[in-house]
Amino acid sequence: MKEVHVDTVISALEKLFIDANYDLSQNVLDTLEKSIDKEESPVGKEVLRELIKNANLAKEERIPICQDTGLAVTFIEVGQDVHIIGGSLVDAVTEGVRRGYAKGYLRKSACHPFARKNTGDNTPAILHTKIVPGDKIKITVLPKGGGSENYGSVKMLVPSEGKEGMKALVLEMVTKGGPNPCPPIIVGVGIGGNFETSALLSKEALMEPLGKRNENPEIAALEEELLTAINKTGIGPQGYGGTVTALDVHVKMLPCHIASLPVAVNIQCHAHRIKEAII
Amino acid sequence: MEIKRIKTPLEVNIIEQLKAGEKVYLNGYIYTARDAAHKRFIDTLNEGGKLPFDIQNQVIYYCGPSPAPPGRVIGACGPTTSSRMDAYAPKLISLGLKGMIGKGKRSQAVKDAIKQFKAVYFGATGGAGALLSKSVKSSEAIAYEDLGPEAVMKLNVVDLPLFVINDIYGSDLYESGTAQYKK
Repeated sequence: MKEVHVDTVISALEKLFIDANYDLSQNVLDTLEKSIDKEESPVGKEVLRELIKNANLAKEERIPICQDTGLAVTFIEVGQDVHIIGGSLVDAVTEGVRRGYAKGYLRKSACHPFARKNTGDNTPAILHTKIVPGDKIKITVLPKGGGSENYGSVKMLVPSEGKEGMKALVLEMVTKGGPNPCPPIIVGVGIGGNFETSALLSKEALMEPLGKRNENPEIAALEEELLTAINKTGIGPQGYGGTVTALDVHVKMLPCHIASLPVAVNIQCHAHRIKEAII
Repeated sequence: MEIKRIKTPLEVNIIEQLKAGEKVYLNGYIYTARDAAHKRFIDTLNEGGKLPFDIQNQVIYYCGPSPAPPGRVIGACGPTTSSRMDAYAPKLISLGLKGMIGKGKRSQAVKDAIKQFKAVYFGATGGAGALLSKSVKSSEAIAYEDLGPEAVMKLNVVDLPLFVINDIYGSDLYESGTAQYKK
């Protein structure tokens, strides 16, 4: 049994949220670079150049990529041979988020749903944990802004609506969002499972590297088909018109109930901030 | 692409020259305000009070910056979604507001007010908060400091990069741009 002290988790979380908000990953930067050639609109190209300039400035001068430094979405895979000592894992995550958002000068965007009073420290985190084999802890953070999250949807389709129904829902959400989720966007689609599983799958789909296709050829074909359809909408970078509306689409699929067809769509902005650490 | 340099206060003869799709560099003083500040503006006006600054020919930026680290004027300061301010904007435009900066589509009522009172709506690139912060040379909270990131701030900007979205001629870059590239 490997012992991991909660202080290690706190420090890891603090660093991950700061790094994620300042350093856009090379994978996203490379994808933005490549998208300039794919973009037909001169205004769209200009926007893409601004985004690359922005990411480089953020990294060099330590300024957050975007002022909306998001809710603190955190995925933790805990090896079943790990014993966490010194306190609770959930409290450690909360403390890590609190410290990261304070020390990193990140905006605190968590508030009461109705009174809209800010919680002041960006807690609580949005925490998803999974028990996995092994003696490691893998932490992935995905600070996510409100503008893109607002265009997510979970719909329980009728099975007869099938693939076309799924595709229609994805395009409906992308079109409804238009410029608001800050295109070029990344689209995560969760299909199957049940109501809450589909939503979680759509978020997990966003964690796949850009440009990577699903290993299952059926799902890979769906990803290609959706990406092509989204880039024909004309929305373009920032919604100013163009041919690069999405940088990529990732789909995750599980079996579902014989009476159901759950589909979830989760939209991410171009400032796709994601970092992971293994303890 | 060609870039026009303009300054605040925004005069009507300048607004008349702006067309949807053009890139501009904005210079001078602008004011930040988002949801909560707009609600207070309108509540104040309804109660017969005065706004915390004179909005004649001024520009409001829909923005809630991240905190300024030591030695910096401001944190990241990109735009927020403008449609949440649609309920309040026509009233402010009718009182003399000439420019709005944000991201995303406006309601028909806002577009109508832009035409009727000769104002303009600019888009700042969403998610380019670091780049936009480089144009801010000074910032000062002038009202509603209790609102934290939603306080009203007076910013001095130099060459703030913007695109004209809605002009006084009824053009809308979101509609025309999307229509042009739809396949």
